[in-house]
Amino acid sequence: MVRRILVASVISIVLMTAFFGFLYPVVMTGFASVAFPSQAQGSLIHYHGLVVGSSLAAQEFSSPAAFHERPSATSPAYNAAGTTFSNLGPTNPALATLVKQNAHAVLKLEKPYNPGLTVHQIPVDAVVPSASGIDPEISLAYAQLQSHRVAAVRHLPLSTVQNLIKEKTDGRWLGLFGESGVNVLELNLALVQLGGK
Amino acid sequence: MGQGIAQILVFVAVLIAAAYPFGLYMARVFADSDGFLSGGRLRFLGAPERGFYRVIGEKTTKEQTWKEYLLHLLGFSFLFVLFLYLVLRIQGHLFLNPEHFKGVSDFISFNTASSFLTNTNWQFYAGESTMSYLSQMAGLAVQNFVSAAVGIAAMVALFRGFTRRSSGTVGNFWRDLYRALVYVLLPLALVAAVILIAVGVPQTFHSYATATTLQGGHQTIARGPVASQIAIKHIGTNGGGFYNSNSAVPFEGPGSFGGYFELFLELLIPFGAVFMFGRWIRGMRNALAIFAAMFTLFAVGVGVNFAAEQHGSAVLRQSGVNITHSGLQTGGNMTDKEIRFGTAESAVFTTGTTMTSTGAVIAGHDAMTPLGGAVPLTNIFLGEIIFGGVGSGMYGILFIIILAVFVAGLMVGRTPEYLGKKIEAKEVKIAALGALFPAVLILTLAAASIATKSGLASIFNPGAHGFTETLYAYTSQAGNNGSAFAGFGGTSFSSYLGGIDMLFGRFVPLIAALALAGSIGAKKLVPASAGTFRTDSGTFVVVLVGMILFTAGLMLFPALTLGPIVEGLMH
Repeated sequence: MVRRILVASVISIVLMTAFFGFLYPVVMTGFASVAFPSQAQGSLIHYHGLVVGSSLAAQEFSSPAAFHERPSATSPAYNAAGTTFSNLGPTNPALATLVKQNAHAVLKLEKPYNPGLTVHQIPVDAVVPSASGIDPEISLAYAQLQSHRVAAVRHLPLSTVQNLIKEKTDGRWLGLFGESGVNVLELNLALVQLGGK
Repeated sequence: MGQGIAQILVFVAVLIAAAYPFGLYMARVFADSDGFLSGGRLRFLGAPERGFYRVIGEKTTKEQTWKEYLLHLLGFSFLFVLFLYLVLRIQGHLFLNPEHFKGVSDFISFNTASSFLTNTNWQFYAGESTMSYLSQMAGLAVQNFVSAAVGIAAMVALFRGFTRRSSGTVGNFWRDLYRALVYVLLPLALVAAVILIAVGVPQTFHSYATATTLQGGHQTIARGPVASQIAIKHIGTNGGGFYNSNSAVPFEGPGSFGGYFELFLELLIPFGAVFMFGRWIRGMRNALAIFAAMFTLFAVGVGVNFAAEQHGSAVLRQSGVNITHSGLQTGGNMTDKEIRFGTAESAVFTTGTTMTSTGAVIAGHDAMTPLGGAVPLTNIFLGEIIFGGVGSGMYGILFIIILAVFVAGLMVGRTPEYLGKKIEAKEVKIAALGALFPAVLILTLAAASIATKSGLASIFNPGAHGFTETLYAYTSQAGNNGSAFAGFGGTSFSSYLGGIDMLFGRFVPLIAALALAGSIGAKKLVPASAGTFRTDSGTFVVVLVGMILFTAGLMLFPALTLGPIVEGLMH
């Protein structure tokens, strides 16, 4: 009986690895390359013949003329080949310090363009890391807070910038499921395409 | 809050509406008669199935005793884990390795091979920076199919025990394995993979992409044959991600749609299996009672996690930033949460994934509030009972049911019976072993980890939270869940201890399930009388919920006080 079990097991392992390990993913890859070529390759965004990023991954923006992403816990920040949570527990003093630092940085950056801005108006997503470290979206609240700075630095009417925000907002799925957010890379690219500075 | 509750309710309604017919379908697939194959348009499926049996040298019609069934299952599993271990070790010398990753270290390979074999998918490694495409696709993803099918097979064998009379056999392992793979998992995986690709999950053999960012930097974007693996990762309640941050990564869980769709896949078979049981035993009311007990605990979990996370943590409130829900933001504790999921979707996903022992995540559990984080912790404590993993959840709850009818029988002074089968000393002993063994395993190994220097080295967060991480790690691995308070690090000590945790946590209850199948199947049917304790009533639902909380909950409650409860008081 032992021999029969061994033979049946070895043959099954070979067959299953061939079928589920090779045939299935290869067929899926073939299908994907024909039916959904862009998604299959990682939803890359091309601009002037260059790959500038992916609509599904955050990237570093530090210029005052651009919308900034949420904080990221990856190393370096927004590492799309090394995603990670921050894993900062709710009672970890490091979390309190991080939130304080981030809030301070946001205040310093945005206050000149948002007179009277206090810490109470900073949306929570602006100061805490995302789960993936490459969350491509920010909340509408954070986008609107930044819109005053971006409009001023780029010498654009505020309404133009806010219309772009609306355009680059992904709503809830079917208007019901999940939450809406603003895709930062797409928004910044739209600003670049507008021209100006 | 209202909007969040609305989306959760609609999701659950759609899920149940789909799971019911799927359960009936599964009951047909595994029926003893071959009516499923000889009937009409599906006849063509018979040829490859018979071909498979011929190639492996098995005769399908040959029924096996529970011991034979078990030996075939164990032999197959342990050869497969050996094969997987070797692939991981030597991946550096094999093909489909465009990022030139070296072989995986011995301890991580042991932990990972055990992890995928046992349907745990605990991950002490970061997928996108450790595993070659070959390892992911032909190693890990194959186990996602196989480990799920093995769980389903053991469940079906146990179901047969309840419907057969004076029978010495429980079915044929290879037949159950093949049917679970080809008629249950494969069609779902094909459909799911197509949908996932359409919404943005990569599926390519090209190496990682390099982007020149808008401000002139470089960004490497990890990709690969992701969608084919992620589809079965959820369907088989496996949970092991392609990326380190699992489905929180937009490539693995894109859009607000992604989280709900993947959760739907995770819950379809576990929910469906309850209805399958109802059809199998020709007693849907009994199944509905089980479903009601499970669902009550599920609903409480979702509610608590959602409320706690939306309320936010003390650190955030003290910092003064705006965590109030409004039209412009979700608010709440957004630490280690994604914008597109927010607090509601994250809550239902977190509860579902930990109940079904999937362990996929769309939000970091380690960073949840003490009360919010206690939900996944409690769920994995309860083990594979409330819905549970594919297959394993149903045999998990059947252990508890046997204990419940036993206790109820003691109270009224009658011999306990379930579905017309007398429950005697032997069955109670087996069920108690299956139900209580994981708790003993968890407490022993967590204590060993806390008491040793090598164990302490894995802890990331200081204080009581560090204890919670340790407890969570051994609970998650014993329960074959695989989710983590992910700060907990993969030292060689923790990898080996965890590997042992997973193997025993999987196979001891599985052996108990098959032993129970053999023992119950050999019994005669006793007709129900006026004195029979009804197992399809509201009373039984209450007794069952109580039993779940007593067996699993009370065993681990003392340990819970050392972790989240201390932390919550300090909070």
